[in-house]
Amino acid sequence: MLSIKNLHASIEGTPILRGINLEVKAGEVHAIMGPNGSGKSTLASVLAGREEYEVTEGEVIFKGKNLLDLAPEDRAREGVFLAFQYPVEIPGVSSTNFLRTAVNQVREYRGQEPLDAVKFLTMMKEKMKLVEIDQKLLSRSLNEGFSGGEKKRNEIFQMAMLEPTLSILDETDSGLDIDALRIVSNGVNQLKSDKTATIVVTHYQRLLDYIVPDFVHVLYKGRIVKSGTKELAMELEEKGYDWIKEAVDSEATV
Amino acid sequence: MSTLIKQDLFEGLLESAHSGFEDARNEAKSSYLAQGLPGAKAEEYKFTGITKKLEQTFQQLSPAQSFEVSAETVKSAIFEGFSGDILVFTNGKFQPSLSSIIDGLEVSLLSEKPETAIGSIAKPGKDAFCALNQASFENGIFISVPKKAQIEKPILLLFFNKENSGAVIQPRVWIEVGDFAEVTFIDQSINLSESPYFINKVVEIKGALNSHVHYYRLQNEGKNAFEVSNIETDIQKDSKFNSVTISLSGEMVRNNLSLNLLGSNSEGNMYGLYLLNGKAHVDNHTNVDHTIPHAESNELYKGILDDQSRGVFNGKIFVRQDAQKTNAFQQNNNILLSEDATVNTKPQLEIWADDVKCSHGCTTGQLDEEALFYLQARGIGKDQARGFLLYAFAGEVLEHIEEESFRTYCTELVQQRLGSKL
Repeated sequence: MLSIKNLHASIEGTPILRGINLEVKAGEVHAIMGPNGSGKSTLASVLAGREEYEVTEGEVIFKGKNLLDLAPEDRAREGVFLAFQYPVEIPGVSSTNFLRTAVNQVREYRGQEPLDAVKFLTMMKEKMKLVEIDQKLLSRSLNEGFSGGEKKRNEIFQMAMLEPTLSILDETDSGLDIDALRIVSNGVNQLKSDKTATIVVTHYQRLLDYIVPDFVHVLYKGRIVKSGTKELAMELEEKGYDWIKEAVDSEATV
Repeated sequence: MSTLIKQDLFEGLLESAHSGFEDARNEAKSSYLAQGLPGAKAEEYKFTGITKKLEQTFQQLSPAQSFEVSAETVKSAIFEGFSGDILVFTNGKFQPSLSSIIDGLEVSLLSEKPETAIGSIAKPGKDAFCALNQASFENGIFISVPKKAQIEKPILLLFFNKENSGAVIQPRVWIEVGDFAEVTFIDQSINLSESPYFINKVVEIKGALNSHVHYYRLQNEGKNAFEVSNIETDIQKDSKFNSVTISLSGEMVRNNLSLNLLGSNSEGNMYGLYLLNGKAHVDNHTNVDHTIPHAESNELYKGILDDQSRGVFNGKIFVRQDAQKTNAFQQNNNILLSEDATVNTKPQLEIWADDVKCSHGCTTGQLDEEALFYLQARGIGKDQARGFLLYAFAGEVLEHIEEESFRTYCTELVQQRLGSKL
């Protein structure tokens, strides 16, 4: 589904990603872990098309298309979804109008009929249950005055509505209490299928107790320096990132 | 000497004979001659060089002639969904035959009401253009809303402008609203000609005890319009004045909007939205005078500026020594969409009382890129995402239009302009 080859990206001339290689197949869950500043969030942002980052080398093929050639909205319409680390508050834009426009633009791109108001509301009600989100929240402006947990739940709710094939969760767990974490993870797990894939970007292993990964990759200094299965995450939880850093840094000095 | 040359622009206007209000006109004429038109150094017109602009555009400005409009023209100019009374003006002059006036509202030519204290609210000494209007207006209108009248439907003041020879259009409106009365005015100009014209408008509003006056204004006449307006309101105890000014175009527009809170528990709200592109220039000067205790004023002006347009906001608030327990709030926010667009914003608060709540703030920035990316990342096209954000910004002003049909109409105009149609 997703094939990242030798991806290099920089921001304002400073290289952040220095050669990422990653293959993600349908049905898989990949966790990207790593210390602060290793480039995890950058990778998520580059995949979603954030403009500040400049891709200097490499390619990203998503379902046979060169993802890097597409505008952010077209990536979303192709089925890439980024759950933001910091969802943006947008006063004056109603959650419902926003979502209906988004859903219908995505549907139009995919050659589907737009949803009328009734069908849209039915779909909304159904998906709201997934993340236990309150109707009252959605009658407000987008994310405005939402708590941290509410914002993250709203991200997963949007994900449910847009039915992506590749979901990228950028530190969705950070700042969540255990109940919110459980709700968010539940939502993600219910949306998984053998046709979709998930990339979970996280600093902590805790989330992976709930969303169990097939593969775990450790990102450090803009490269994947170690890959393994969920046991690797347990090891990181126990030993921290220092042993990996040391191994990589000593190799570099040799 | 330079002022003499400048005043030549309006010489024809001052020289011609005018009927009625002789004292008021003479007073205004002396005031005008004493002030002179605002020159390059005039502080009040620092960013809006209207005098120079007029001199460059017009050789001589003479009084505008009234003209005929057909009932069809009037009908086609009325926005969809409007239901209410219509007062028609051509080149600033009231046309009773084309207007519809309901029972309960008194409307006549100002000349038929010689006892009207014109110039007692919008005083000629404050502004040269205001003085010029008072000295030389023709066919002003007098509107009186009687005591306790609840005029449920809005009154549309429809100003048709058509000028081919560089003339001054000088509407003069006197509105008095009786005790406990409520009324809504919608002030809209329609341009019927291709050539530039200058509007110099004065509206005086007198709100009595516990009266409610809503004054909504739409300025969308295109790039031929040069305009200075002086709209000033006095309100008494327990009364309320709400105004919303929507400016969508104008070669050079200057709005002087002033409110005098003369009775306790009175409330004034002034909202404005300016969406400008091309070389449009819109200047909103507001002035709120708190003279008594326990009154409140709120002001919110927002601007979106593209291309080489220019917006000016100057908000004066006076809180006089007696005006304890005043609440006065003012906010001006701007979004610049182009490198060449300019905003000059200046809050001016003078507070002489010591027990008051006053705040003001102004911001000028670009569109929020992070919010734009967020919307795009959900599959919404960039242009529409941009429109969404701009409309969200503008909507905060539009929601203060309480008259539903007019709010809907303005919302559509704004959405069309911003490309944010849902």
